Amino acid sequence: MIQTLFGSLKEAEEPEKKGLFDRMRQAVSRTRESLNDRIEGVLAMTREVDEAALEELEMSLLASDLGVATTTEVVNALREHAKRQQIRDGAELKDLLRAQLKAILDEQQKPPKTVAIGPEVILMVGVNGTGKTTTSGKLAAFYRAQGKTAMLCAADTFRAAAIEQLEVWAERSGVEIIKTRQGGDPSAALYDALQAAKARAIDVLLVDTAGRLHTKNSLMAELDKMRRTAQRLIPDAPHEVLLVMDATTGQNGLQQARLFTSFAGVTGIVLTKLDGTAKGGIAIAIAKELNLPVRFVGTGEKLENLLPFDSGAFVDSLLGA
Amino acid sequence: MFENLSDKLQRAFKSLRGQGTITEENIGEALREIRVALLEADVNLNVVKDLIDHIRARAVGQEVMTALSPTEQVIKIVRDELIALLGKDTARFKFASQPPTVILMAGLQGSGKTTTSGKLAAWLQKGGHRPMLVSVDVYRPAAREQLKIVAKSIKANLYEGDLKGETAGTALVERLAKEARREAIITGCDTLIVDTAGRLHIDEDLMDEMQRLKALLNPQEILFIADAMTGQDAVRSADEFHKRFSLTGIVLTKMDGDARGGAALSIRHVTGQPVKFIGMGEKPDAFEPFHPDRIVSRILGMGDIMTLIEKAEEKLDRKKSEDFAKKALSGDGFSLEDFRDQLRQIKKLGSLQSIMKMLPSVGPFQGIQQMADQVDESQFTRVEAIINSMTKKERANHEIISGSRRKRIANGSGTSVQEVNQLLRQYAQMRKMFKSAGKGGMLQRKLMGSLGGMKGMGR
Repeated sequence: MIQTLFGSLKEAEEPEKKGLFDRMRQAVSRTRESLNDRIEGVLAMTREVDEAALEELEMSLLASDLGVATTTEVVNALREHAKRQQIRDGAELKDLLRAQLKAILDEQQKPPKTVAIGPEVILMVGVNGTGKTTTSGKLAAFYRAQGKTAMLCAADTFRAAAIEQLEVWAERSGVEIIKTRQGGDPSAALYDALQAAKARAIDVLLVDTAGRLHTKNSLMAELDKMRRTAQRLIPDAPHEVLLVMDATTGQNGLQQARLFTSFAGVTGIVLTKLDGTAKGGIAIAIAKELNLPVRFVGTGEKLENLLPFDSGAFVDSLLGA
Repeated sequence: MFENLSDKLQRAFKSLRGQGTITEENIGEALREIRVALLEADVNLNVVKDLIDHIRARAVGQEVMTALSPTEQVIKIVRDELIALLGKDTARFKFASQPPTVILMAGLQGSGKTTTSGKLAAWLQKGGHRPMLVSVDVYRPAAREQLKIVAKSIKANLYEGDLKGETAGTALVERLAKEARREAIITGCDTLIVDTAGRLHIDEDLMDEMQRLKALLNPQEILFIADAMTGQDAVRSADEFHKRFSLTGIVLTKMDGDARGGAALSIRHVTGQPVKFIGMGEKPDAFEPFHPDRIVSRILGMGDIMTLIEKAEEKLDRKKSEDFAKKALSGDGFSLEDFRDQLRQIKKLGSLQSIMKMLPSVGPFQGIQQMADQVDESQFTRVEAIINSMTKKERANHEIISGSRRKRIANGSGTSVQEVNQLLRQYAQMRKMFKSAGKGGMLQRKLMGSLGGMKGMGR
């Protein structure tokens, strides 16, 4: 029976092969028109809101990495609202959607922990290659610009030249850096940095950790050890644990946020590389499912390319305002 | 979090029992489930749309087989479709007739170009080649230093070059590339791997620079290094890189995580170029040729038993496992010491979650993938800690562990007496179960039987 099935499928398949491939190419090139254009297209229409418009909107949200669950919820709520409030045209629908997405993000924006005894300790965590080192450097400059004193701790002792990379950033932002050698114990580097920061009455200590996949248990346990090390010297530390996430991240971002939160107690997200074409829709799914706020966004490789998160601007960029 | 596709389909097809053919109506729900599975795996939206149309066209009108359940029948079609799109075979690597073969590594920031450059060099060395590495990333701080350290760790040739205080820019990049090729020829290296700076596909200046680098070096391979965790935007960057530079292949990195890797499908389709390698970790040898059929199982959330078997063969101590089985099934039963050995062995394979996700969700493993997300990994460590806190004598003979001993063990392992009790209870049960199975051979028969049932699902 299986043989028959295989055989018959094979025959049907052969002549279509090329056709299918060409269609795929075509299909994918369609996405090149940006999401913005697509939403504009849907929303600029001043016809009555119908199911087709909502469905198109659903596609657009999926295309910006909101994920199936979040998209479905958002679209269902939008449909209900549209009915109740008798939405007439695309512009109104767009306003409604913008408000809805903004509300999801704003709900999580609670003020960060107040710092009783300094220094404020900020742990930068995340998977490999999301921009932790770059963000650490930019954050040092950010706090300095606010009139605070900052210090960097090079606790990525694993990746080749990570320490050297952070050293360059320390120089650029004009802050001191505490480091150990490559292959050293990150908790030891952290301990030294905490003591130095205390002794020098530093306001903010930024700790750059090694990139690690959230599925690697032993590496995740190392983060827990670092937390405990920090707590020994400063009871409330770490005050913030920022999960640095690449804006191109797809649905795996949820799992990243989930596991980093359970191991390292993430308190917020930094969304990096937003200067590309990806708009970081996964942040909305993360806010919704895991109640994590976005704290900062990275928009380039320069020192000043870091901004505090602005939900309005973020949603506008997502929807192509 | 993800329900396995075959389970979802099973539900969707409940209504199909007793019906003769798959029709437009009764396949609707199944197609919706397939669509969600593909989208959750980050396959591009438009690729999903077309795939679904195609699957529908092939499935509708088919007779419901008796040998295969409708679920299996449809999954077979989905698998075939995905494999056909990814290409059936593992792709080959192109070498120049006149050495050196030049390989240009391209991609966005943080995709893993430098790490992959090192791995590729190690892979070539293993195949008897003499690669030379050069980094022309003059922009990111310490990028060139990073490649230097990587090269040293694998004992590969590196052209370091001298920046001579020149400002970072295309002129410097071109000079380094030119010098490196000359150096490769002089020192008899047959391949030159050029690690470039990460760049956004919309960064005109840097994209121009890459174009000039291509014109200068005339590379045999231009590899696009892509992060397996990339979402829907993957098509946009890959498409732009391909349009500009005519890529020859893709390397999918960070595949040792739990990302489904749907981006592989998307990128393959927008460029038409094959995925040639996958990166499986940070070590230089964590680098493998790409097998399309394996990632298809992963995208569909249907386990990756092949990878699991390979991993097990590589990491597990076969003799220890066999000894354990013999002991467990015999009259004496296994001790807590043996149990700890087994725990440690399993740990070598990676997190329990990742192991469970590699199992197919049929036969004896039914439902195990859904459980994976609920697994508390720390439980594992606690169990080991409890056993560690026992004396050798206690480990060999659990029956002597009295109330006061339990208290001591709980204190020593930082757990509670309840947890120690629970472990001992579970251990006693397991021990008994294995022993009785050893007598009747019941468990073995049962296992063999269900494994036999799995064969149809293979590939």
